[in-house]
Amino acid sequence: MTVQPVTPPVARGHNFGQPVIDTDIHCTVPSAQALFPYLSAHWREYISTSAFKGPVDTPYPSGAPTSALDGTRPADGGPPGSSLQLIREQVLDAWSVEIGILNCSYSVDGIAAPDTAAAMASAVNDWLIAEWLDKEPRLRATMLVPTRVPEMAAKEIERVGGHPGIVQVMLPVVAQALYGQRRWWPLFEAIERHNLVASFQFGGASGFPMTSSGWPSHYVEEYVDMAQVFQSQLLSIVSEGLLDKFPTLRLAMIESGWSWLPGFFWRFDKVWKGLRRETPWVKMLPSEYVKERMRFSLQPLDLPRDPVIVQQIFEQLDSDTLLMFSTDYPHWHFDTPEEALPVGLTEAQRARILYDNAASFYGFS
Amino acid sequence: MVVTLPRSSADRRQTKYPIIDGDIHPTLKSPRALDKYFLTDEWRQYHQSIGGRGFTGTSVPRTYPNAARVDAYPPNGGPAGSDLDFMRLQLLDAWDMEYGILQPLMGAASVRNLEYGAALSSAINEWQIAEWLIPEPRLRSGLVVPYEDGPMSVAEIERRGSYPGFVQLMMAMRTSEPLGRPKYWPIYEAAEARGLPLGIHVGGGGGVPTSGAGWPSYYIEDHTGQSTAFHTQVSSFIFEGIFERFPKLKVVLIEGGFAWVPSLAWRMDAAWSKLRGEVPKLQRKPSEYFAEHFWLTTQPMEEPPVPHQFVQLLEQAPWLQDKLMFATDYPHWDFDAPDACLPDVELPDGFEEKLMVGNARKLYRLPARIERTHA
Amino acid sequence: MVLAAERTDVARAKRRLAVIDCDIHPNLENPGVLDKYLSKRWQEYRKGVGGRGFAGSYYPRAFPNAARTDSHPPGGKPPGSDLDFMRQQLLDAYDMDFGVLQPLLGSGGLRNLEWSAAHASAVNEWQIENWLDPEPRLRSGLVVPYEDGDLTVKEIERRGKHPGFVQLMLAIRTSEPLGRRKYWKMYEAAEAYGLPIGIHFGGQGGYPITGAGWPSYYVEDHAGMSTAFQAQVISYITEGVFEQFPGLKVVLIEGGFAWLPVLGWRLDAAWRKLKAEVPHLKRAPSEYLKEHFWVTTQPMEEPPRPEQFLEMLDMGPWMMDRLMFATDYPHWDFDDPFEALPKVKLPDGFEAKVMAENARALYKLPVRAGRA
Repeated sequence: MTVQPVTPPVARGHNFGQPVIDTDIHCTVPSAQALFPYLSAHWREYISTSAFKGPVDTPYPSGAPTSALDGTRPADGGPPGSSLQLIREQVLDAWSVEIGILNCSYSVDGIAAPDTAAAMASAVNDWLIAEWLDKEPRLRATMLVPTRVPEMAAKEIERVGGHPGIVQVMLPVVAQALYGQRRWWPLFEAIERHNLVASFQFGGASGFPMTSSGWPSHYVEEYVDMAQVFQSQLLSIVSEGLLDKFPTLRLAMIESGWSWLPGFFWRFDKVWKGLRRETPWVKMLPSEYVKERMRFSLQPLDLPRDPVIVQQIFEQLDSDTLLMFSTDYPHWHFDTPEEALPVGLTEAQRARILYDNAASFYGFS
Repeated sequence: MVVTLPRSSADRRQTKYPIIDGDIHPTLKSPRALDKYFLTDEWRQYHQSIGGRGFTGTSVPRTYPNAARVDAYPPNGGPAGSDLDFMRLQLLDAWDMEYGILQPLMGAASVRNLEYGAALSSAINEWQIAEWLIPEPRLRSGLVVPYEDGPMSVAEIERRGSYPGFVQLMMAMRTSEPLGRPKYWPIYEAAEARGLPLGIHVGGGGGVPTSGAGWPSYYIEDHTGQSTAFHTQVSSFIFEGIFERFPKLKVVLIEGGFAWVPSLAWRMDAAWSKLRGEVPKLQRKPSEYFAEHFWLTTQPMEEPPVPHQFVQLLEQAPWLQDKLMFATDYPHWDFDAPDACLPDVELPDGFEEKLMVGNARKLYRLPARIERTHA
Repeated sequence: MVLAAERTDVARAKRRLAVIDCDIHPNLENPGVLDKYLSKRWQEYRKGVGGRGFAGSYYPRAFPNAARTDSHPPGGKPPGSDLDFMRQQLLDAYDMDFGVLQPLLGSGGLRNLEWSAAHASAVNEWQIENWLDPEPRLRSGLVVPYEDGDLTVKEIERRGKHPGFVQLMLAIRTSEPLGRRKYWKMYEAAEAYGLPIGIHFGGQGGYPITGAGWPSYYVEDHAGMSTAFQAQVISYITEGVFEQFPGLKVVLIEGGFAWLPVLGWRLDAAWRKLKAEVPHLKRAPSEYLKEHFWVTTQPMEEPPRPEQFLEMLDMGPWMMDRLMFATDYPHWDFDDPFEALPKVKLPDGFEAKVMAENARALYKLPVRAGRA
């Protein structure tokens, strides 16, 4: 019989001796009913009488060991990540978080009917504002958009993108089309105009397989395979010239891993030298676009606890500004607070990761 | 690295070690050149009439015709890689290669009529034997199988798998399901029984978009993204417990690079440490299966901007030293020349010999033919 | 609204003909009910990572469980989950001879194939204990993990001889067209056990449900399901499945039937020109169609003028021996046995065959004692 890993209790937090910005805190919509105050009568009725109770897809099955640390389930019975009080205690206070960015993985991208997706996205955004941002000044949020129809996504950004607590837009990385492609321009135009960050996030419910050889059998495979989709998206963003079309657009990769970046850089740069004729708008090394315009949240580390290797990877990344601290609460990545950072960081690396990189990228003064 | 290939038999290059080239692409002299190798009239006629039907929407024009370098076109006409004499001149003789491993890229397993795919596979294998393996004792190859159908692949393995020129199976990397899934198991059973590694080359197509977010627009995305398909397959082989079920099975990943190896190993181990309850078949860490069962060819050689980072790669996954095998990818445009492909740094002791010839000799059980004595 | 008890009296008085309902949907009271039939390992799996199908592929039904509003049993259990209520509302109310269950619990669409097999076995044990054993009028489809041939054969060998199972149970959207070789092991076993392949509306195979991607609305999913049936019929015939397995029978459940004759004409026309590609076909495609396929009636075809129903029958007279009545209880598009057939003069014998006798012959069901 196999050893079943036991999800550990949520770490008590850690005092790094300086304020911290946490770029990946998951908050969860407890139920469709919780959104009723933010839905019109039509949608309330639809939810009450039909089989529709909100999106059915999730990148984090509730029973999977990695989805929720022990102790993150609120006393009221709601799902982990649905309690502001627990997030204050277990994240903001515990880690001395000066600013925490909420990511709500409510899979509106899996809803095929466009108006339904748009209504649910709007409801979640209003819920985030009223029940999280308005109540807790340390929090910021990633807004949802109905991703299957870029024009409708742009409309939602017009509607709430100007709220001071909204700092970025949620774009699940498994999408119906690669985000560099032209059909998305209305979406990125709105993101850039509102000075928001476009965040590519783990997950997505496009209806298409998430690997180039179809559907993996296991969750653990899908979990590992997700990094490839981020890589495909990076290839698309750069090759399609999105970053030149929208010269101030910034992109954050959330929960993507990043220890694969060096090999990716070497490969993309090398191939571009031979194949650039097809994409003449790409004017500098692809890796330079990534380093300049993109950032990566810290978890998962996907690194051994070996200070030599850690410094090798940092050297190969050839950038001090790529990484931004995250707990990825309530997901399980590290067992003890000490394991939240790679081992053997220099003082300067630590300070940049814990605070400075995110502060300058998001424009937190 | 830009290198001009030899154009005359006098133009020979010297290398320190003998060379086994793990990835050479032979091509047909003409589209009709395969017809005579079909085993039945029925399938020859099918080949000439309806022919191969694959998956649409996948065509990404290569930057060069046949993805070939411009100096590899044989003087007597015919596509690059179609003329054995010219291949000898430009490659096998030019670098005095000990062996070369052929990888015919003809998409036999990506055709939707599976029986036709099987007939096509047999024809390609007969063509390989007649026009390459018999006339040129330095050549070896992969046995082409219609891998989307297990029983028909096993039939081809039983038909021709003992021919000594075939040192592995020949498969392509993008498949209709991840390769660890049960539909492919009969192939692994037969391959393991005969001691044939799986040779999996980049490319292919199983009717699935080449990214998890649909079809990319440009060849550069397709080409650069090839290695991510290997990540899918490595994960699948390992998490489906293939190496518990087939402990002697070996897998060769061809033309996918290798800089991604350490980070994938770390990522798999991290995920497995928490989610291993889902996959009780695994008795060991994913990275252990990775280190034991996989070989990789080097082309396109990884070129970090700072040469010593290449050595760091070998330190991050030390087992790579015993598993990397040199390849040129002749006659493609991104050809790696044997005497010009390694970075200008001090490499670990013994690595260069293993890379250029030792690892391949061992894997493919090839007797040594050439010993170099000069430095 | 006629009460169920009244209905029974009316049914008994009115009915000279028998009724066999070929499409009834039983439901679990709650997902945990299956644990009784799962090993510890799979119980933990169910509660842990759990069932994972194909993300982004779901179209919410217009009603919870797609059920008619009066089919919720007293006590709050889901529609179709209470045998007594089903007896009352359906089996007794229409004085049915037999009913054939089709549990739509998604076993075949689970990506982890071992879990798919364990789930299928559990559903079959649940069917036996909760439905087939206590109610002699019920029969069912044996649920199988149809995307894996070896595991399917194992389940057929395990439970295929139980007299309550009259067919296999598949869903129409599969990962490859059903005529392809990966499914042949299943057909070999099914043919040997004399089990037709029952294929029901729904399912997921990991592909968009149209050849041009994902539609937006449930109405497109629902109305478009007949295209999935058509693709499968074409595949079965052109791949030569009925040459390989001449005894195999296929039942198309809830896919409609007006399209069948026309599809036969189209297949024949294409085959006349392209038959060289498929030399394994020894006869015209429409002949295989007429011989090997049965079709349930719900949702009944309702042309705007009832006499057009007769015209449709004329296009494919063989359908008279192949149509089998179904209610699709407890779904919202339920066909009432008293109301379902069009109000026209139907051919002699049509009503008796469609309402019961075709199903009785196919599923080898006895005549009920005391029936004329």
